[in-house]
Amino acid sequence: MSYTLEGSTGTWEIVVGLEVHAQVTSQSKLFSGAATAFGAEPNSQVSFVDAGFPGMLPVINRECVAQAVRTGLGLNAQVNLWSRFDRKNYFYADLPQGYQISQFAHPIIGTGEIEVTLGDGTTKTIGITRLHLEQDAGKSLHDQHATKSYIDLNRSGVALMEIVSEPDMRSPEEAGAYLTKLRQIVQYLGTCDGNMDEGSMRADVNVSVRKAGEGFRTRCEVKNVNSIRFVMQAVEAEAKRQIEVWEAGDEVRQETRLFDTARGITRSMRSKEDAHDYRYFPDPDLPPLVIEQAWVDELRAALPELPDARRGRYTALGLTPYDAHVLTLEKETAAYFEVVAKGRDAKLAANWVTGDLFAAINATKTSIAEPPVPAEHLGQLLDLLADKTLSGTLAKAVFAAMIETGKAPGMIVEERGMRQVTDTGAIDAVVAEVLGRNADKVAQYKGGAEKLFGFFVGQVMKAMQGKGNPALVNDAVKKALG
Amino acid sequence: MHPTDFTLRGALDALNEGIISSVELTQAHLDAIGKLNPRLNAYITVTGEQALAQAKASDNRRADGGAGPLEGVPLAIKDLFCTAGTRTTAGSKILGNFVPPYESTVSGNLLRDGAVFLGKANLDEFAMGSSNGTSAFGPVENPWSRRNDPDTRLVPGGSSGGSAAAVAARLALGATATDTGGSIRQPAAFCGIAGIKPTYGRCSRFGVVAFASSLDQAGPVARTVEDCAILLKSMSGFDPKDSTSADVPVPDFAAACARGVKGLRIGIPKEYRLDGMPAEIGALWQQGMDWLRAQGAELVDISLPHTKHALPTYYVVAPAEASSNLARYDGVRYGLRQTAADSDLRDLYERTRAAGFGDEVKRRIMIGTYVLSAGYYDAYYLKAQKVRALIRRDFDEAWQKCDAILTPATPSAAFGMDEKQDDPVAMYLNDVFTVTANLAGLPGLAVPAGLSAEGLPLGLQVLGRAFDEETVFAVGTALEHAANFTALPGLRASA
Repeated sequence: MSYTLEGSTGTWEIVVGLEVHAQVTSQSKLFSGAATAFGAEPNSQVSFVDAGFPGMLPVINRECVAQAVRTGLGLNAQVNLWSRFDRKNYFYADLPQGYQISQFAHPIIGTGEIEVTLGDGTTKTIGITRLHLEQDAGKSLHDQHATKSYIDLNRSGVALMEIVSEPDMRSPEEAGAYLTKLRQIVQYLGTCDGNMDEGSMRADVNVSVRKAGEGFRTRCEVKNVNSIRFVMQAVEAEAKRQIEVWEAGDEVRQETRLFDTARGITRSMRSKEDAHDYRYFPDPDLPPLVIEQAWVDELRAALPELPDARRGRYTALGLTPYDAHVLTLEKETAAYFEVVAKGRDAKLAANWVTGDLFAAINATKTSIAEPPVPAEHLGQLLDLLADKTLSGTLAKAVFAAMIETGKAPGMIVEERGMRQVTDTGAIDAVVAEVLGRNADKVAQYKGGAEKLFGFFVGQVMKAMQGKGNPALVNDAVKKALG
Repeated sequence: MHPTDFTLRGALDALNEGIISSVELTQAHLDAIGKLNPRLNAYITVTGEQALAQAKASDNRRADGGAGPLEGVPLAIKDLFCTAGTRTTAGSKILGNFVPPYESTVSGNLLRDGAVFLGKANLDEFAMGSSNGTSAFGPVENPWSRRNDPDTRLVPGGSSGGSAAAVAARLALGATATDTGGSIRQPAAFCGIAGIKPTYGRCSRFGVVAFASSLDQAGPVARTVEDCAILLKSMSGFDPKDSTSADVPVPDFAAACARGVKGLRIGIPKEYRLDGMPAEIGALWQQGMDWLRAQGAELVDISLPHTKHALPTYYVVAPAEASSNLARYDGVRYGLRQTAADSDLRDLYERTRAAGFGDEVKRRIMIGTYVLSAGYYDAYYLKAQKVRALIRRDFDEAWQKCDAILTPATPSAAFGMDEKQDDPVAMYLNDVFTVTANLAGLPGLAVPAGLSAEGLPLGLQVLGRAFDEETVFAVGTALEHAANFTALPGLRASA
């Protein structure tokens, strides 16, 4: 089912392409030895290279290159053994060298593609145009002082991957699904933490609209959108704006826009005429980046399992496609699930993770990265279910206690005596007591009121404080009622 | 003999033999600087106390038997090399009182080998110039003067004018210099001393204030070819902090000096015979050929057909890179900052750069910005890169026929401080024989070979294959011996 927007002149299709900036996960920056940790004191992670001091020279960080190659492989893309760094020249206070080192003409990664899954279960292939390495700039803080701006160079020189898609997306949902998938892939690869709140990932969204069967019309770029939800909103808002412009008889002008998240609209930032002339040229401080096929092969062989492969493995274990999708969406969820499911019933593990655990995360406002119950504990709980120490009902109660106390299920069972009673003698005694107490109802039951069976079972369980093994209690009641 | 008249080799011998201490040698040079620098202006900063402390430490090391290859030798450091704790200006106002907290690799290598630093030598601003006239710290005077016109003050050449003048006037035994289009060889020739620009990648550029990254190369100037060889050995070596530094072994350059030229094929490029070149330059060149032939070399006529495009190519490539390299001088983090009460960021840039850069630097930033601009890039920068490749190919083909190339070093002797300053293009022509080596990344050595009719030094240039400085030193030494250049500048410490 294709997504379209209705205008006064007819039906419009939208065309979306994304440029995603993903911060490379690495100990040090792209061209200097300075550290890259988020949230450090301003200007505490800055080398003389990052601060653009006289005579300082860039030296490429091998690990950053490896991360770009891994990402390229994860995007099923061509790895270019020969690539080159160019200088993008412009003046800004947080750009110490007066230029950004980037791969303009010859990126390290060429064309590739990824498959995204949409809400209706269908899949779509989105083309990757390129991935290139570049330096991040520092940060200007204009709100710290009435008349001064502050500059934090901690980010200056941090390695970024710019991942450019083909204009293959046709709806806000597809744009969201693409970004979700991209984020999932880099998280699995460990090449970017995908943390959009901290700015580790941000997207420039290119949007245009057209009537069915047309070629591309002029596009606008919505800069620096920092969540998947906002990307989807920005696509829709920008597409609607463009439709209004075209339908009013005007032309959409190519320009850079910003998404106002509060008002849900895009605003003009600068038009093409105001665009910088970046004066790109090959950086003479850096020879071309030449890598060997053997090294690429080595990196490929060492790649972790990617989301698509993992999802396939989970469905083979008997999980529903939906559960497999949900469990692989975030790398941490899958890692959690793997611990719970290891050596246990995968389907049961999936039910507990997607059901009780997710509910607990919501209720306690925690996250899968810092879960309310450690995966090992949840696994132990499944073991207690499997060996019939706990009934399903008891397990829920123990789980609640685990969230509350942080204790292992075994300890809770011991401390609170929550062990399921499987001693048939003990059960028979309680059954006899309950039936004796309800002689009138026993008579009714024997007279044909069979639905009272449940009542007797309930009374027995109640008398046993819920600890009776439900199957055994059932059997005992049935037997006693003869 | 006055201690400042030692060659560097001679000083090392005298130090080894205990004839003189580094403190005495250093003090003699500081005295000479005190006497002559007010007139010559060869040094921007003199670090006398530090020099004497280094000399004392050096004498101690020598006494303890731990003498390095340059132990106790007083040198001048071109003020383009960052020196930890000592102001580094690049000859510009824009660096203000910038004191680097780090040492350039090249100057660090010299310190490692025991050298003593007398101070920071004057230069054209950001090494852009051929007369040392663009320095924000005033021009440098050539210690030589015309025989019949002693009152006209002459330029020492540039951009390493302070380094060359200091060495010629005996204010240092040797000096570091840099060469982007001829900035070592032209001032060496103008001042009657030797100087080599080694192969691109031989010396690290780390900590050297950048002019044009693909052309800049550090090298020494000294009063003999062998002294240059000794200094270059210490300055050279692979540096992981410079991605363009070459990971190749550093040979014993001084040992190569004595190899002789017997059997070497010396290329004579016909394109270097310029229209309107002074007859005495042509005569000196012929003399050089005769000297080499007499010592057993074979002369070979060669052609470097794209030579005539070298200078225009250089004046596209170098300013392009410079316009980008100099963007960092913006008044934000260090150096000069100029603002007005209501300055915004753009105004800060404009005021700072307007006040901080001199005219020649501004001219080259504008040329460089222009040639990289959209719509002009292909016609200028890209074209220049293509021509540069052709110039390289010219040399590759020449090396099939010869082992070294002999040319004049400069198209004239030193000129007056008031001459050519208003005509940038005439000034640029100084580099006509030298820029090709930078564009091709090849080693080039200037050797003092004779005097002009006016009694000014003239130099010859030897070019060699990439990373074959040894042959260049052998040819240079042969020329030096034959020329027996004993003339002395009028202004010198021992005069």
